[in-house]
Amino acid sequence: MAERRQIRWHIVVFLTPAVLVYTAIMIFPLFNTLRLALYTEVGQMREFVGLQNFRTLFGDPRWSDSFWNALGNNFWFFIIHMLVQNPIGVLLAAILSHPKLRFSALYRSAIFIPTILSFVIVGFAWKLILSPIWGIAPGMLDAVGLKFLYAPWLGKEEYALTTLALVSVWQFVGIPMMLIYAALLTIPEEIIEAGECDGLTGWAAFWKIKLPLILPSIGIISILTFVGNFNAFDLIYAAQGALAGPDYSTDILGTFMYRTFFGFQLQLGDPHMGSAIATAMFAIILIGVCIYLFGIQTRMRRYQF
Amino acid sequence: MNKARRNPVNLIAAHGILIAYTLIALFPVFVILINSFKTRKAIFREPLALPDADSFSMIGYQTVLKQGDFFGYFQNSMIVTVVSLTLILLFGAMAAFALAEYRFKGNTLMGLYLALGIMIPIRIGTVAILELMVSTGLVNTLFALILVYTAQGLPLAVFILSEFMRGVSDDLKNAGRIDGLSEYKIFFVLVLPLVRPAMATVAVFNMIPIWNDLWFPLILAPAEATKTLTLGSQVFIGQFVTDWNAVLSALSMAILPVLILYVIFSRQLIRGITSGAVK
Repeated sequence: MAERRQIRWHIVVFLTPAVLVYTAIMIFPLFNTLRLALYTEVGQMREFVGLQNFRTLFGDPRWSDSFWNALGNNFWFFIIHMLVQNPIGVLLAAILSHPKLRFSALYRSAIFIPTILSFVIVGFAWKLILSPIWGIAPGMLDAVGLKFLYAPWLGKEEYALTTLALVSVWQFVGIPMMLIYAALLTIPEEIIEAGECDGLTGWAAFWKIKLPLILPSIGIISILTFVGNFNAFDLIYAAQGALAGPDYSTDILGTFMYRTFFGFQLQLGDPHMGSAIATAMFAIILIGVCIYLFGIQTRMRRYQF
Repeated sequence: MNKARRNPVNLIAAHGILIAYTLIALFPVFVILINSFKTRKAIFREPLALPDADSFSMIGYQTVLKQGDFFGYFQNSMIVTVVSLTLILLFGAMAAFALAEYRFKGNTLMGLYLALGIMIPIRIGTVAILELMVSTGLVNTLFALILVYTAQGLPLAVFILSEFMRGVSDDLKNAGRIDGLSEYKIFFVLVLPLVRPAMATVAVFNMIPIWNDLWFPLILAPAEATKTLTLGSQVFIGQFVTDWNAVLSALSMAILPVLILYVIFSRQLIRGITSGAVK
């Protein structure tokens, strides 16, 4: 530390590759995309139009209808994850962390398998299973006498989005399960035993002792789910195509941006409107992250053992 | 100890729930795999039966191997994943070492700057990334994908690795310095081997999203020669959508490499997640 005025070149050498790649491929394009949202193309020339693209996106009914539809669908997609994926994940983790449970490593590995599969596999596999042509889903419902419940879920406007959200839940339940499991393992035995002395066992112990202690992990899972959902694209694209059918009922921001950017059928792609949608997505994710960082994380009590 | 926690009824219920969920998790994969080995008739007549002598058929795999260049796709995915992981680990570890080891002006700021990307998805910048790749002539090259995945993986890698490097003993490094090792030698010879577990964690965390990504291959490298396995199987299945044998076989062939990787690395992955690398 003696030679302070001299440039320590090794620091520069160590930092340069990462900073260079990260800046050039991630940060610079991110801001460039925000900038491109302020331009439009007029006869091969790029022209600065200020906030016009956003006025079109929110004001022109042809655009705003699609945008609000995609945003609303995206929120529904997120709500399903929060209400189904995370509680199931917590439940599985709570069971797995039982100290006397055998084969817990085996269960963990098996339940995590869907998470490692690609969206393409997951999307098509469920499309085939739920398909009325193949008949696995109706056949299985028939076997338990519930055939009347069957509908071609992915083909019906009112069910398709919820079905896909549940498929996504099926795929990703392993992540909250693992993170909560890890959090549960860090709770010291003495605290649980202290609770037992006060008569708290089983579910009471879980609700009164463990759950408050794992709240920070649940917060992290919520924000990871939020960012992941508002950035989702692959599953919808693999299962329903870029048009997010039937009749845009499964359209979310990712597919909407893709269609706008690249065009589809007769409409030409528009990188500037695509950038405007990306900017809106950026704003939504930023708001979510800020709510988490300043509203939730700082208020949560953390316990040190 | 306490009675409630030894209660056999509770344990049986626990196993019941876990077995039920395991079945739900594995059922679709199982159905796809068994049906890929059956004749078209058997696929529809008895979708849940295992293939037997009568219904066994490899026709789907033959179509897949004839019509799609799956080995080429596999090779592309392999190159992209391996090179990206290598770059993420090398560049990430170097930057993490600089941040963890040296005190210099702007250290905290640099750490925050690099951490920005943990929460902000790189996909937001897709429009400008494509423009950048077009102007540098990298569209439809694997290199474009490698660059994007490296940039995407670096923030979390730097974050995790610098946490671990702060834990490496100063005495060891100072002993190295007294022995006249250069800072580079200290990093490569002394520190890197000690953070190998953290490197493995970073590698498995990044491996799956890179291998499975559909968005960037679709946008940056959709040409036949640069298709990754994920994009290749997506396009293939889209074209052969009515040929059930081929679709099921293509799905199985896409599942297999990931499953093998998972069997090899699952302990590492699970240990990585549960050791609290993500805090």
